[in-house]
Amino acid sequence: MSKQQTRTIKVDILARVEGEGALYVKLKGNQVLDVKLKIYEPPRFFEAFLRGRHFSELPDLVARICGICPIAYQMSAVHAIERALGIGIDPAVRQLRRLFYCGEWIESHALHVYMLHAPDFLGYPDGIAMARDHQAIVQQGLRLKKAGNGIVSLMGGREIHPVSAAVGGFYKVPSKSALKELVDELTWALDASLATAHWVSGFDFPDFEQDYEFVSLFHPEEYPFNEGRIVSNRGLDIDATEYEESFTEQHVQHSNALHSVLRGRDSYMVGPMARFNLNFGKLPDVAQQAAHDCGLQIPCRNPFRSIVVRAIELVFACHEALRLIREYEPPPVPRAQAAARASTGHAATEAPRGLLYHRYVLDQDGLITSAKIVPPTSQNQKRIEEDLRHFVSQVATRPAEEITWKCEQAVRNYDPCISCATHFLRLQLERD
Amino acid sequence: MALRIIGCGNFDRGDDAAGLLVVRRLHALGVDALGVEIIGHSGETFSLMNCWTGYERVILIDATAPTGTPGQVQVWSAHADRLPEDTFPCSTHAFGVREAVELARAMNYLPPILLIYGIEGKRFFLGAPPSPEVECAVASVAEQLAMAVSNSVVPLHWPQELEK
Repeated sequence: MSKQQTRTIKVDILARVEGEGALYVKLKGNQVLDVKLKIYEPPRFFEAFLRGRHFSELPDLVARICGICPIAYQMSAVHAIERALGIGIDPAVRQLRRLFYCGEWIESHALHVYMLHAPDFLGYPDGIAMARDHQAIVQQGLRLKKAGNGIVSLMGGREIHPVSAAVGGFYKVPSKSALKELVDELTWALDASLATAHWVSGFDFPDFEQDYEFVSLFHPEEYPFNEGRIVSNRGLDIDATEYEESFTEQHVQHSNALHSVLRGRDSYMVGPMARFNLNFGKLPDVAQQAAHDCGLQIPCRNPFRSIVVRAIELVFACHEALRLIREYEPPPVPRAQAAARASTGHAATEAPRGLLYHRYVLDQDGLITSAKIVPPTSQNQKRIEEDLRHFVSQVATRPAEEITWKCEQAVRNYDPCISCATHFLRLQLERD
Repeated sequence: MALRIIGCGNFDRGDDAAGLLVVRRLHALGVDALGVEIIGHSGETFSLMNCWTGYERVILIDATAPTGTPGQVQVWSAHADRLPEDTFPCSTHAFGVREAVELARAMNYLPPILLIYGIEGKRFFLGAPPSPEVECAVASVAEQLAMAVSNSVVPLHWPQELEK
């Protein structure tokens, strides 16, 4: 009887993800012995250096956590502070915040679908190589991203790290006429999003499904951005104030990002697939129809099809942006005033990559004494490892290069946000 | 022919500020008064590509990765040369200046003339000041560009006499 071969697959630097991460897979024959998604990017200590800062500084500080989804950090922060201080926001501000989020989803999803994930399915090492053969497609993707940038620039003052979000509203709100200037491009973007969904639905998807616990916000009347209860397909139904009673973060030796798990249960998935599965009925008809036309099952349990789900969310975000612009009436004042008091506030909103939880404790002067931020990637990290554990066994007989490619693709299903260094991967294959 | 000069970088990251420092120096030299648009930029690929749309001549200045010769200036013509990998520091998702140029090349988005000035950096850590070598190179590049603009000539090569 021959001895089973042990192989170790290492990807020292994960490409086309946001951040510095690595991958380690150990196989014995076709059996997976170990899987580690290593996040070695140093801790950034945001929660610590927010202490002592005034709550009014928070939106600009937390925006710096991420260059791709600064609005998500701003939105979770301002909602948490508003809940702490008992500030009610004007309905028009509420709508503007949804529009702001539409801009971020469009730019983030367009970037991921076209430049980060599609090359995996079409066999290219990166988006530049793909652009050489698919110029019109990439052109469409870049224009879509730019349509999202247009919303963010107009509302936030600039494309990256926008500066207009404030506790209670915005420092400055756009005029009706300024928003109307976005309509033609967003109308094009809606059509382009539909075309995107049809394009990506034709990719070849591995036959791989998992029995996930999906977690996202749920709002009774709308597809969620800023508000709603935190729900799952296994009965979770809580307010953001109860988040820390239901979820806990665990330190693991191989990662500088904490693993988030459901207490008494285990890993779970946040992000587009979770939102889509838990809120499908809240999508506008055009997005629901596109999902059906693209052959998406509800619930969708194949993480490789998340690229199609992201495209459907692009359809939703463009459609929603157009609706919000059409119905927009500027608020009487850009923001409600906030008086400081000792208090605690919690909020969760839906970043492009999934649920983003913030909790702040303020003293009587409005200074932050404690902060907690749980980003989507730390919530998905354990789930990514479990996907890999199951997926690798399906491809274990393939050549090492193909296993590596497929593993990276499986990681990129989640569009993890860890900040990226290189397009090149160093694979080390060890044999007994 | 419309000319735009774009300096890329981050003021908070030591020598990564090289492109922005050239921009600052060009403003101080009054080059924008000669009808040239001069802007600073983060170096993020996609908005950078938008920055040169509609311009016939573009000069881009950015810091390059250390190779032991801090302050060395290299000039590439985008139509003649592919930008070397691992030379330009990346921004988020590994999309930076090189990716902007190469993606634009793949999509025929390059302006008719695009020169890339790379100033080799020495230190890039958070909060570091620019190194003396890079400060010196910044001054040289700014002076050369100011002279070229005032003579209505786009420089195609870095003059040997200014090499370190």
